[in-house]
Amino acid sequence: MERTVMTTPYDVEKVRAGFPVLHQEVHGKPLAYLDNAATSQKPEVVIEAMKHYYEADNANVHRGVHQLSERATRDYEDARAKVQRFMNAASSKEVVFVRGTTEAINLVAYSFVRPLVGKGDEVLITAMEHHSNIVPWQILCEETGATLRVAPINDDGALDMEAFSVLLSDKTRFVSVTHVSNALGTVNPVREIVRLSHEKGVPVMVDGAQAAPHIPIDVRAIDADFYAISSHKMYGPTGVGALYGKESLLETMRPYQGGGDMIKSVTFEKTVYNDLPYRFEAGTPNISGAIGFGAAVDYLEGLGLEAVAAHEDALVSYCTERLLTVPGVRIIGTAPDKASVVSFTLEGVHPHDIGTLLDLEGVAVRTGHHCAQPVMERFGVPATCRASFGVYNTTAEIDRLVEAVKKVKEVFG
Amino acid sequence: MSDMRELYQEMILDHNRKPRNFRVIEGADHHAEGQNPLCGDQVQVWVKLEDGRISDVAFQGQGCAISKSSASMMTDLVKGKTREEAEELFLRFQELVTVGSEDIESLGRLAVFAGVHAFPSRVKCASLGWHTLHAALKGEEAPISTE
Ligand SMILES: Cc1ncc(COP(=O)(O)O)c(C=O)c1O
Repeated sequence: MERTVMTTPYDVEKVRAGFPVLHQEVHGKPLAYLDNAATSQKPEVVIEAMKHYYEADNANVHRGVHQLSERATRDYEDARAKVQRFMNAASSKEVVFVRGTTEAINLVAYSFVRPLVGKGDEVLITAMEHHSNIVPWQILCEETGATLRVAPINDDGALDMEAFSVLLSDKTRFVSVTHVSNALGTVNPVREIVRLSHEKGVPVMVDGAQAAPHIPIDVRAIDADFYAISSHKMYGPTGVGALYGKESLLETMRPYQGGGDMIKSVTFEKTVYNDLPYRFEAGTPNISGAIGFGAAVDYLEGLGLEAVAAHEDALVSYCTERLLTVPGVRIIGTAPDKASVVSFTLEGVHPHDIGTLLDLEGVAVRTGHHCAQPVMERFGVPATCRASFGVYNTTAEIDRLVEAVKKVKEVFG
Repeated sequence: MSDMRELYQEMILDHNRKPRNFRVIEGADHHAEGQNPLCGDQVQVWVKLEDGRISDVAFQGQGCAISKSSASMMTDLVKGKTREEAEELFLRFQELVTVGSEDIESLGRLAVFAGVHAFPSRVKCASLGWHTLHAALKGEEAPISTE
């Protein structure tokens, strides 16, 4: 793939200046926020967009004829158009605002997959899924008698594509895979997964929660049937996300929740559901959240996804290299194609102790199972430490991480 | 609290490296299992009673340095105590790690855990062993959980 030539180098200091939260001390040390896979920080432009909505335009959407409601509706729908463009969806009807990736997956499981499956049918996921892409399918299988199949991963944390192709069978009714693993950083070959699945006539959902902040998303190039993202992982507010669904599929689906906004007309005899995407947006939506989400998309596009990916790839390589200079460090997840995550353990020290000790040095990382317990089991560790990077992270912060890890080693001797 | 060694005092590190009473008691009078699902820490505690006193107590499990050293030190401290005395110590320890104690002196060696209450996410690590002992003494057979 050809990369756009950047005329100006990536200016990380300028990026940092736009994030108010970064400029503080923790335990007397400057904050190094390396927990972006859990949630990213928010730039001023996002905070301002939400503040502006509450200060100038607050009203309910799609209801009033008054000025404020019209402005709120316009901004809410503008945000949808931004997200549509960001994912390269064909139409804004294909972008449903949801609470986040978790809700998007549950929606698809309930409204699309559940009516399709019964005893003897199978749903296929992978061994590197986040709990939110496991549990909805377990619930569905329990209720329908279908079986959940899990494609294994290799020792480096890459998906075992051969095993995947074998597990993809005449019984498979649906495939749901993550684009990027939050615990390992592995980037899955989603285009290939979709191609193989479609050859068998099986629709595919892609969990894009970790991909959206790091790599350019093109749902049409991937040919995904469904694609889910969370605003809070891509510099937007919490409590909002988007489900992309092909219009032809969304058209056939039963509603997820009933209520206001998702209907055209209601009588006690018959209710007519609203058009797409409103049919799946029952109740007053997270209006300020959607507006902030739209601002976050503008922000990311302003930086340029290609430039962001290059910046973060460099950080992952640097971090991996530097951490491996510390004896006893083991990197969990060494797939050739990785994005933004470095998961590691230190021999003889429990990850929780490392996490607390790094916190004392002002370095924020995640420790634990990262909502991916099966992944921990696969690698035979109870938990890992995870450093995950965003647009504002620097090599100097990684140096501080590595120094802190060395200090932990000293303390535990 | 800004230095690693203030929280991870030498005594904690020592109990982590060489946990005391880290074994199974065959034919124990009481036994309980505890776990902290958030971090996967697991501990089992065995107790032997003689004339209402804890004549032997042991633990096994896996976890972070805070949980392991706390369980280890606990076994050292409650051996020879009556049930009531052990329960009393459990309550005082809970107070120490959740809100902090006014009277750290009288807690003796347990005072090394005084730093924990500044780290809410680690309180459960420190108290897992104690909760499990408490469950064992009450005769609760179902595994207890800190969640
Ligand atoms: C890969 C992946 N999928 C799904 C989710 C769930 O996202 P949310 O909590 O925003 O619904 C996460 C969040 O941690 C994730 O990392």
